[in-house]
Amino acid sequence: MNLIETRSLTLRHEGHTALRDVNFTVARGEIVTIVGPNGSGKSSLLRALIGALRPSAGTIRRAPGLRIGYVPQKLQIDATLPLTVRRFVNLPRRQSPETIRAALESAGVPELAERQMVDLSGGQFQRVLLARALLEKPDLLILDEATQGLDQPGSAAFYRQIEGVRRDLGCAVLMVSHDLHVVMAASDRVLCLNGHVCCEGTPETVADAPEYRALFGSGTQGALALYRHDHDHHHHHPGETCAGQPHHETENA
Amino acid sequence: MLDDFILRAALAGLGVALAAAPLGCFVIWRRMAYFGDATSHAALLGVALALATDLPITAGVLLVALVMALVISTLSGRNVSADALLGVMAHSALALGLVAVSLLPGQRVDLSSYLFGEILAVTRVDLAVIWGGALAVALLLAWRWSALLMATLNPDLAQASGGNPRREQLILTLALAIMVAVAIKVVGALLIAAMLIIPAATARPFARTPETMALWAMALGALAALGGLLASLELDTPTGPSIVSIAAALFALSSGLAPLLRRG
Repeated sequence: MNLIETRSLTLRHEGHTALRDVNFTVARGEIVTIVGPNGSGKSSLLRALIGALRPSAGTIRRAPGLRIGYVPQKLQIDATLPLTVRRFVNLPRRQSPETIRAALESAGVPELAERQMVDLSGGQFQRVLLARALLEKPDLLILDEATQGLDQPGSAAFYRQIEGVRRDLGCAVLMVSHDLHVVMAASDRVLCLNGHVCCEGTPETVADAPEYRALFGSGTQGALALYRHDHDHHHHHPGETCAGQPHHETENA
Repeated sequence: MLDDFILRAALAGLGVALAAAPLGCFVIWRRMAYFGDATSHAALLGVALALATDLPITAGVLLVALVMALVISTLSGRNVSADALLGVMAHSALALGLVAVSLLPGQRVDLSSYLFGEILAVTRVDLAVIWGGALAVALLLAWRWSALLMATLNPDLAQASGGNPRREQLILTLALAIMVAVAIKVVGALLIAAMLIIPAATARPFARTPETMALWAMALGALAALGGLLASLELDTPTGPSIVSIAAALFALSSGLAPLLRRG
């Protein structure tokens, strides 16, 4: 059973069509990355999946009782709102102090509980957002350009943490990112958007696809290859072409 | 005991201050200050409606404030420049209300009592209405507190964790309309927004969490209400404006203290 599934999904946002005819699924436990140029409909797709944007055509089906942990692209906290990290991760549901401590620890920020949210650095802020999302015990973790504003080592560390989270919790991860090579190397499957699904498949198939190269060039190839060395498992799907079926076996079931 | 008009005035002021404070926190966290202005200025139109139709004043004000708040929250959701829109609505509502009241045939209406309140003329029935409304606002906020906070932080985040930010916006709108309807007798249409915003803004430097900020705002609002009442009796000044002046003085004091309170 897929966690979430769209059929012929079309999204209109402020009068123009952001995304059309998307057939897309996320299965339990897989890491899926969405790439695409600015304005290609990436964030619109995520917002539709969490229920913030209504489909103008097509359907979205969620598994019954699906719990989503969401890490937004940006969270502007008004300076008039006092909010400690501890209070923030207690929203919207109160958690026990031990649970909070464990969550902050596994997000790598155990010492921040009493700090004000507005005083955190970009990296600390993202880790706290992640800790809060994980407290919802999600089946599906959705990250919208979660490493925006982090430097290279910072975002690499962040993604290593995401992989750790998937390993520990077994939740599926769906993320949008600009850090093409880092993210793609960590993904089971990549979805390339440009107002529609322009190609889809394993990182290798997408990186080789003419549609992808037309959008991003072939400059990320070297980096992708390099990152592959650090990876502890390998995907090989010789028969799969980028323009092919959206379905794909997961290796981490 | 309630025969004493000063005691009734004090209780009325306390009721409004205690309910307005936590609601005011949401008003400033969500940057709805102008929204509060527009809604409370529309109260005057509600007065005109009530006088024209023999409705109780509170009912007329509640109705018009609710309609106004709903219209604004619908329009400002639609990408019209919200700031300009709210400015237009706030002042137009006030002007239209003044014109409408003066057009009523055969009425000699004391406008200033609706503009600035007449807390010293609060009756026992008024007191029941004020505390009933204040309690309703407080209960609404307490019931939805976490969901409201979540929707205030980020609507998408609220949606993803199963909330409904649009519903929370409606609940705030309803609370605001109730607040306006019960506060008009105490501080008047012009100064209701002040009772929402000033104590909350004054409380900000003392608080580290949303809840402590709301509690501080309640204490500071109550202090302003009682202090303003005493000052107006002592100096023979209008009571509503005196309450707001004390609130403003407390705000100045807290802003002065803010740099000393800021720590790591």
